[in-house]
Amino acid sequence: MANSYYDPADLRKFGNITEWSEELGKKFFDYYGKVFEEGALSAREKSLIALAVAHVVKCPYCIDAYTKDGLQRGITKEEMMEAVHAGAAIESGASLVHGVQMMNKYDKLSM
Amino acid sequence: MTQSILTDIKKAAKKSLKAREDELANTQKQLEILSGDLFANGELPFFKDKIAASGQFPLKPKKLEVLQINVGYMCNQVCAHCHVDAGPDRQEIMTRETMQQCLEVIRNTGAHTLDLTGGAPEMNPDFRWFVEEASKAGIQDFIVRSNLTIIMANKKYHDLPEFFKKHNVHVVSSMPHYTRGKTDKQRGDGVFYKSIKALQMLNQVGYGMPNSDLRLDLVYNPSGAFLPTDQSAMERDFKKALKEDFDIDFHNLFAITNLPISRFLDYLIASDNYEDYMYSLVEAYNPAAVENVMCTNTISVSWDGWLYDCDFNQMLDLKVASKVKHIKDYNDDVLSNREIIISQHCYGCTAGAGSSCQGTVA
Repeated sequence: MANSYYDPADLRKFGNITEWSEELGKKFFDYYGKVFEEGALSAREKSLIALAVAHVVKCPYCIDAYTKDGLQRGITKEEMMEAVHAGAAIESGASLVHGVQMMNKYDKLSM
Repeated sequence: MTQSILTDIKKAAKKSLKAREDELANTQKQLEILSGDLFANGELPFFKDKIAASGQFPLKPKKLEVLQINVGYMCNQVCAHCHVDAGPDRQEIMTRETMQQCLEVIRNTGAHTLDLTGGAPEMNPDFRWFVEEASKAGIQDFIVRSNLTIIMANKKYHDLPEFFKKHNVHVVSSMPHYTRGKTDKQRGDGVFYKSIKALQMLNQVGYGMPNSDLRLDLVYNPSGAFLPTDQSAMERDFKKALKEDFDIDFHNLFAITNLPISRFLDYLIASDNYEDYMYSLVEAYNPAAVENVMCTNTISVSWDGWLYDCDFNQMLDLKVASKVKHIKDYNDDVLSNREIIISQHCYGCTAGAGSSCQGTVA
């Protein structure tokens, strides 16, 4: 067993999840592949969304994968960093908006 | 990758591997690496076994369509990814005598495309004479692979756009990205703006303009340890950016995968990306690309007249497996019976949509 929870080499083995549940694994990868095809959004735009979400869910595999995917698509580092900030802004906003709840509760309990 | 490795690679990249007497200048050493533990231990399949599994071994040539002639390894640039290990310090230059032998073949072969490459082919002192003579042979598509900056490198090259136009040459030029940072990182400081200027000069004489017969295509190589994706999407992005920012027009973009040989192999190893890169190539293997891989319709000729299955095999010193090995003995029938020599670098041409000097193949 690896002595770390994350091993970069495990990313290559992602497809192996199908071995223990072929039907669900296959359905997932079909869905996944379809999601990232060109559509109303370009594959390039979806790659940047994936990169932003990868940071929000803090998935090291996804960050590696979508940084590389972005490079392959010719996405610049400025675009990548802006995407990361967009994700981070929503994430911090999601914390801060709860400040309203805190204020409401404070006011309710205070004389 | 740490900043210090980047700096080291950049510093080293001012000279060819050969001039640095780097062990990777030895092609035997490169071939050993390409057949090393990663493949010998069975972690990844040998290319031979991979194509055998889809019934495509041995690789045999089809009809000859492209004669690609490397007129010398001298170049005004020292690009970090160069598979030729070209640079100003390289002395290998095709002589007029060898050019005469090539012309003999050009006049008699059924190939529809003549493709001149280098180094910077324009630096060969007999380049213009050769182009003039070759253009008389009536080849359908006459390509010169120009690195663009050569046009700006010296006054004596400033008229190249006019010269190309006069001989109806199809210009194919490298342009790694439409932004300055990525281009200069791969090809050297200042390369981006010189390339932009050269493209504008080519546009001025009519190259690359919509509906123009003067063909101007760009070649995109990834500037790092990753593969190119969708060629048409990249072409769209390049066209939009180059038009909006610099009012530049061109016809097609060819996305070419960097093969793990020579200076690119050196970079992969130094930056600890070799294993991942080979995994990426093998994972992206596409049997449909094998069907049209360029070695099946191309013969590559080196500066000293030897024959190879492709420019990459030339740089690995893997001469054709045929009784005929030199341009002076050229014989279509004998050559068409050969088996194409392969190793693990060949995965570079069969990944994804495939890769050739003319872009994707699948």
